[in-house]
Amino acid sequence: MKSEFLLQIKELKATIDNKEILKGLNLEVKPGEIHAIMGPNGSGKSTLANVLTGRDIATVTHGSVTFEGKDLLVMSPEERAREGIFLSFQYPIEIPGVSMVNFMKTAINEQRKHRGLEPLSASEFLRQMREKKELVEIDSALTNRSVNEGFSGGEKKKNEIFQMAMLEPRLALLDETDSGLDIDALRIVANGVNKIRRTDTSVIVITHYQRLLDYIVPDYVHVMYDGRIVRTAGPELALELEERGYDWIRKEADVNEETWTTDRK
Amino acid sequence: MDYRPEVINKLSEIYSGSHGTFLKNSPEIFNRHRETAYKEFLRLGIPDRKNEAYKYTNLEKSFGYPYQVYYSPVPQDFREAEKFHCEVEDLDVWNMVLLNGFFPRGEEGLVMLPGGIWVGSMKAAAKQFPGLVEKHYNKYVQGENDGLVPLNTAMASDGLFLYAPKNTAYTKPIQIVNLLHSDQDIFAQDRNLVVVEDRAQLSLLVCDHAISPQHFLTNTVTEVYVGQNSRFEIIRVQNQHNNSGKITHTFIHQERDSYASSNNITLHGGLVRNATWHMLNGENSETHSYGLYLADKQQHIANFVKVDHAAPNCNSTQLFKGVLDENSSGAFNGRIMVHKIAQGTNAYQSNNNILLSDAARMDTKPQLEIYADDVKCSHGATVGQLDNNALFYLRSRGIDAREAKLMLMFGFAHDVIKNIPIEALRERIDNLVQKRLRGELSRCASCAIQCN
Ligand SMILES: Nc1ncnc2c1ncn2[C@@H]1O[C@H](COP(=O)(O)OP(=O)(O)O)[C@@H](O)[C@H]1O
Ligand SMILES: [Mg+2]
Repeated sequence: MKSEFLLQIKELKATIDNKEILKGLNLEVKPGEIHAIMGPNGSGKSTLANVLTGRDIATVTHGSVTFEGKDLLVMSPEERAREGIFLSFQYPIEIPGVSMVNFMKTAINEQRKHRGLEPLSASEFLRQMREKKELVEIDSALTNRSVNEGFSGGEKKKNEIFQMAMLEPRLALLDETDSGLDIDALRIVANGVNKIRRTDTSVIVITHYQRLLDYIVPDYVHVMYDGRIVRTAGPELALELEERGYDWIRKEADVNEETWTTDRK
Repeated sequence: MDYRPEVINKLSEIYSGSHGTFLKNSPEIFNRHRETAYKEFLRLGIPDRKNEAYKYTNLEKSFGYPYQVYYSPVPQDFREAEKFHCEVEDLDVWNMVLLNGFFPRGEEGLVMLPGGIWVGSMKAAAKQFPGLVEKHYNKYVQGENDGLVPLNTAMASDGLFLYAPKNTAYTKPIQIVNLLHSDQDIFAQDRNLVVVEDRAQLSLLVCDHAISPQHFLTNTVTEVYVGQNSRFEIIRVQNQHNNSGKITHTFIHQERDSYASSNNITLHGGLVRNATWHMLNGENSETHSYGLYLADKQQHIANFVKVDHAAPNCNSTQLFKGVLDENSSGAFNGRIMVHKIAQGTNAYQSNNNILLSDAARMDTKPQLEIYADDVKCSHGATVGQLDNNALFYLRSRGIDAREAKLMLMFGFAHDVIKNIPIEALRERIDNLVQKRLRGELSRCASCAIQCN
């Protein structure tokens, strides 16, 4: 049975070293929607991204995650990627000795194999590389180097979006892709994301700053605090957070928590 | 029980018993050094683990084996060797195949290549260039207390001679394929000399293959003289089987403003030990020692490197990397000695290893002795697993775990391979290493037996 949701997260709890980091998180994303997740440092945003992409740093202890109705949590990281999940890493990894070209060629062809397609021809692959490089205004020389090796912070982030452009995911998770970017780079990255998106591509943008959301306009803004989504509203919430900071969210959440625990007593 | 006295006895018997044959079949210059070397060997014996340079390498597996042939000056049957085709076919090199250390019949003489470079047997060289051979033979060997070097001097009867006279250069690399093929178990020793005179250039590719499943042990000594303003490169590709032992001692002696590099690529071999000695004897010189070793099963691969900075303002690098699987083991012993006069020295050393199994083992040991004060010296060693973060990064793009691991291992190895100075060869080695890591490498390309 096909779900109307692309991604459905229910009561998700996860621990790192026996410490609960995600404490019952709910989120539903329909095809084509853009969701922003904001929230103070340490509230579990990257942990959520890790759990969704199958990185084994965190252990899921409760709840479910489905992607197009399929149980996501039983899939390996590579299966999730082939199903169409893409993470733009908060901290992209340097891989000396593995060339960008070989990396992308392998990734694309593994994903094509999964969809029953022939490997891309060398010329078609190069054409796509060229086209997508222009899209994110990435320096041509970078793709002749090893993956992220010696890239500046901004180049690494652009490289994430370049990979996203090559792989054309159904759901893109952008984990603080805007952090550390100057305004020009930010515009390039945001425009890149917009150009890559098809109408049914969904995006979850994890960010601290309203400014990215001027370019990638979200349908929903969620605030995450202490392992949960504590507030959901439209784009105006991001503006409010920009003005007022997170303290009021914290207070509100802590009050709710108290009431909740008192009620239970 | 110590296996060595019996082996030494046997070698002594052969030495004394075959003395006449030795003398008759060898260049006179070889004979002149034999007796002293033989005594030195008896004094030092076969190195055991009490010898610092062999601390992690047990030679018993190779030296304790009862070989049928220890010394065979008779011409070899070259029919098998003629069938051999190097896997690196598209490589543009000048090529010669040696069988069990012997030259093909009719090619014992010296050949002059375009550009004025001489190649051939030591025997022929001793006749044609007696003064030159005398000047360099047995002059650059060191080995401190390693008995295997004098053992070679005492018992080797021939080997390769390469000579680039002043101002000569040959555009192609010279490829020597050392084949081992026999219906008997053989212990062979070859003795090689390379002379690159002032302002000359030479690039040597040595491929070691065993193409029949017998037990083989080779103890090779190669002396290299690199004159002023000259350039020398040596690349060894070792692809032997689990029953073979390969011991090499390479002594590279450099004069001022010279450049040398050594690349040891060990893809297979039961027991392999490469000792590479770099003597920077003239100022403003540069020397590089690279090594890549891939081991599995019960294999043991050791690299010993010593760089002597005996002159001011020289640069040296040592970069060795290994991937060890199953029950294999490896050893790296890298030494840097900076003499008192060697001001302005730049010396770099690095050894990185990936262990793929819990049983695999690697011992790595830097040794630095620095007697000058204006010296930049750095060294580092790692033994570990594949980087989990990198692995996840690749998988998160849809690359399956096995392929991602291979890509990482291959990237790790490429760091050494990229230093191979010949492009076509670099690509081929990349290819061979990929195949080897995938478990697809035909271990003995032209052999029907497919042992192991
Ligand atoms: N690899 C890790 N090991 C231990 N603790 C971690 C690890 N990653 C995250 N955490 C902890 O999990 C919590 C949430 O972190 P994270 O998901 O990175 O938050 P955010 O992305 O919202 O800043 C923090 O308390 C952090 O210390
Ligand atoms: Mg984070």
